[in-house]
Amino acid sequence: MNEKQTAQEMGGEYRYGFETEVEADTLPKGLTEETIRLISAKKDEPEWLLEFRLKAFEWWLEQKEPTWANLHYPKIDFQNIRYYSAPKTVSTLDSLDAVEPEVLKTFERLGIPLDEQKSLADVAVDAVFDSVSVRTTHQDLLAQYGIIFCSFSEAAKKYPVLVQKYLGSVVPVKDNFYAGLNSAVFTDGSFVYIPPGIHCPVDLSTYFRINAKDTGQFERTLIIADKGSKVSYVEGCTAPMRDEHQLHAAIVELVALDDAEIKYSTVQNWYPGDKEGKGGIYNFVVKRGLCKGVNSKISWTQVEAGAAITWKYPSVLLKGDNSVGEFYSVALTNHKMQADTGTKMIHMGKNTRSTIISKGISCEKSSNSYRGLVRISPGAENSRNYSQCDSMLVGDESFANTYPYIEINNDSSTVEHEATTSRLSADQLFYLQSRGLDMESAVSLLVNGFCEEVFRTLPLEFSVEAVRLLEMKLEDSVG
Amino acid sequence: MKVEIMLKIEQLKARVKDGPEILKGIDLEVNAGEMHAVMGPNGSGKSTLSRVIAGHPDYEITGGSISLETPDGPLDLLSLEPHERARAGLFLGFQYPLEIPGVSNRTFLRAIFNTVNRARGNAPLDPMEFENILNSKLELLGIQREFVERSVNVDFSGGEKKRNEILQMALLNPKLALLDEIDSGLDVDALKAVAEGVKTLRTPHNAVVLITHYQRLLDYLLPDRVHIMADGKFIRSGGSDLALEIEERGYDWILNSKD
Repeated sequence: MNEKQTAQEMGGEYRYGFETEVEADTLPKGLTEETIRLISAKKDEPEWLLEFRLKAFEWWLEQKEPTWANLHYPKIDFQNIRYYSAPKTVSTLDSLDAVEPEVLKTFERLGIPLDEQKSLADVAVDAVFDSVSVRTTHQDLLAQYGIIFCSFSEAAKKYPVLVQKYLGSVVPVKDNFYAGLNSAVFTDGSFVYIPPGIHCPVDLSTYFRINAKDTGQFERTLIIADKGSKVSYVEGCTAPMRDEHQLHAAIVELVALDDAEIKYSTVQNWYPGDKEGKGGIYNFVVKRGLCKGVNSKISWTQVEAGAAITWKYPSVLLKGDNSVGEFYSVALTNHKMQADTGTKMIHMGKNTRSTIISKGISCEKSSNSYRGLVRISPGAENSRNYSQCDSMLVGDESFANTYPYIEINNDSSTVEHEATTSRLSADQLFYLQSRGLDMESAVSLLVNGFCEEVFRTLPLEFSVEAVRLLEMKLEDSVG
Repeated sequence: MKVEIMLKIEQLKARVKDGPEILKGIDLEVNAGEMHAVMGPNGSGKSTLSRVIAGHPDYEITGGSISLETPDGPLDLLSLEPHERARAGLFLGFQYPLEIPGVSNRTFLRAIFNTVNRARGNAPLDPMEFENILNSKLELLGIQREFVERSVNVDFSGGEKKRNEILQMALLNPKLALLDEIDSGLDVDALKAVAEGVKTLRTPHNAVVLITHYQRLLDYLLPDRVHIMADGKFIRSGGSDLALEIEERGYDWILNSKD
């Protein structure tokens, strides 16, 4: 029996639900100034970064959790969470030998081999296990192009000028409650810098794995595409099945300078809890891109198929003239999952364009909301937005909502918004069944068709993964 | 020559779930190589009959049986799910084929082709092998290639939708094809094309049941047997001349002479 089969049997419907036994260096539960100093000390951080954290913490203490989202959950006890946990033997990132074998096995089981020989040829991977990055592949290849792709902790030490310049420049510390929390306690994530004119030759990818019990994951990712550069970045994530909820509160900041292009894709498959809504990850994420330069482009694609609660609005600030922002989203909820997700497109530069394509699929007793803001600032002359938000209901106990907010502050811009809600039609299903497809295949064909506009924006191997993921979830809801 | 019974329906009764009975005792025997036509005025239960045979979930069977001949002997269709009936060799051509947005016709056709063939014990074909088969069917039916690039039935004209049904039938190679109002909403050219398609696909080893309101389809396809349906029953069966009589005299004379 191979590892994958074992994982599937253990995890049942959620095949990534296993737990790895590994000796960990863990902070006790609770969040005080002392916690933050400890995290910073463990990471051997420069003083300015500790200052950044402490300032954020001080502000956060005065804040209240936002309640405007269409999400219902018991109040989170922020003192009942561990803010740091790392496998003990990770000491250096230079060699695979330094990584705890159990951790390597974990990633292999997740389909992410970190051994350079076995790893995917055209994807460089940064693997994050709880609070630390354990390995970043393809370093030699990337170095030839001058591309920096490393853990955030490493970047803070090695590239302080870049990090200091851009950290918090897109998502300010005081942006919102979870931005404040993350800025105070973030542990690891990825840092990417693409030098001017370079088109990154491989996809860059970070895989986030939550393993330790009662521990939150607070990652921080910063991607900078310098003038005329181009990069495609992919993020994946899973966690063990547990009865308790676990918190994941991340910040991702993207900066695109003149003529640069960043494509950021996510396949989110956090443990969603069981059928009764027991357990699962609370996913509160702030993702924002800044089209800082002229003619720059930032494109978000997300496939949100996991987590008990999803609160996430990957956005683009279109500052440079002629810049382009895109948001493509598929959010599938089943069991008792709740998703409130969407985007913000803030047009500031002239001739800026944005496209929003959102596909929500709600099954069983789940709730799925699209929430999106399109703002055309007075100076954003001749700007355009096109939004399309489609919801599909599977079964008659699920909910779908659409909350579009549109603010237009000049006469030369146009905003188009289309929205549809449909129910998976029994006649369509019968049509497909009468052609020999069983119920699950029929549903997955219909849903894949519904999501096609989004899937085609994903890098190939990830679109295959996304399709498979949705099929697995749907089988569980329809079968 | 031994006559092989393809489809046998005995005293079939069915109703819409929690509704009144629509099929009130249908008997039908279709032999291999035969083409039958079921005709009748609107509301007589023709379409219900085809949907009940294919297993539409809206109906409840209140009596009788349906069996389909297979290599392993007669199969009790009523005990099977709709997809199992299709795999066993039943095909229902829809009066109103459904649209499947975002799914290319090619993807769809390959999916159903491989699914049904796998169930019949054949290995699935890779995209290249399938393309050859698809091309041969397109050629056989005189259908343009661009047909398979579009989303399934989306923005298809009425005639294109019906031809797509015939294309699916050609790929799935059913033992028994039920074609529900395959002639409705078609102009003369489209009607001819569809009829030609059906003709091309006939063999001594399969059978076709046409369900139609008008006689005009039968100008192109000559059925061996014609059944006149009214109020959930076959009230008269005969040869192809019965259809001509309907064309001339309408349904009323039969309905009125019923008793």
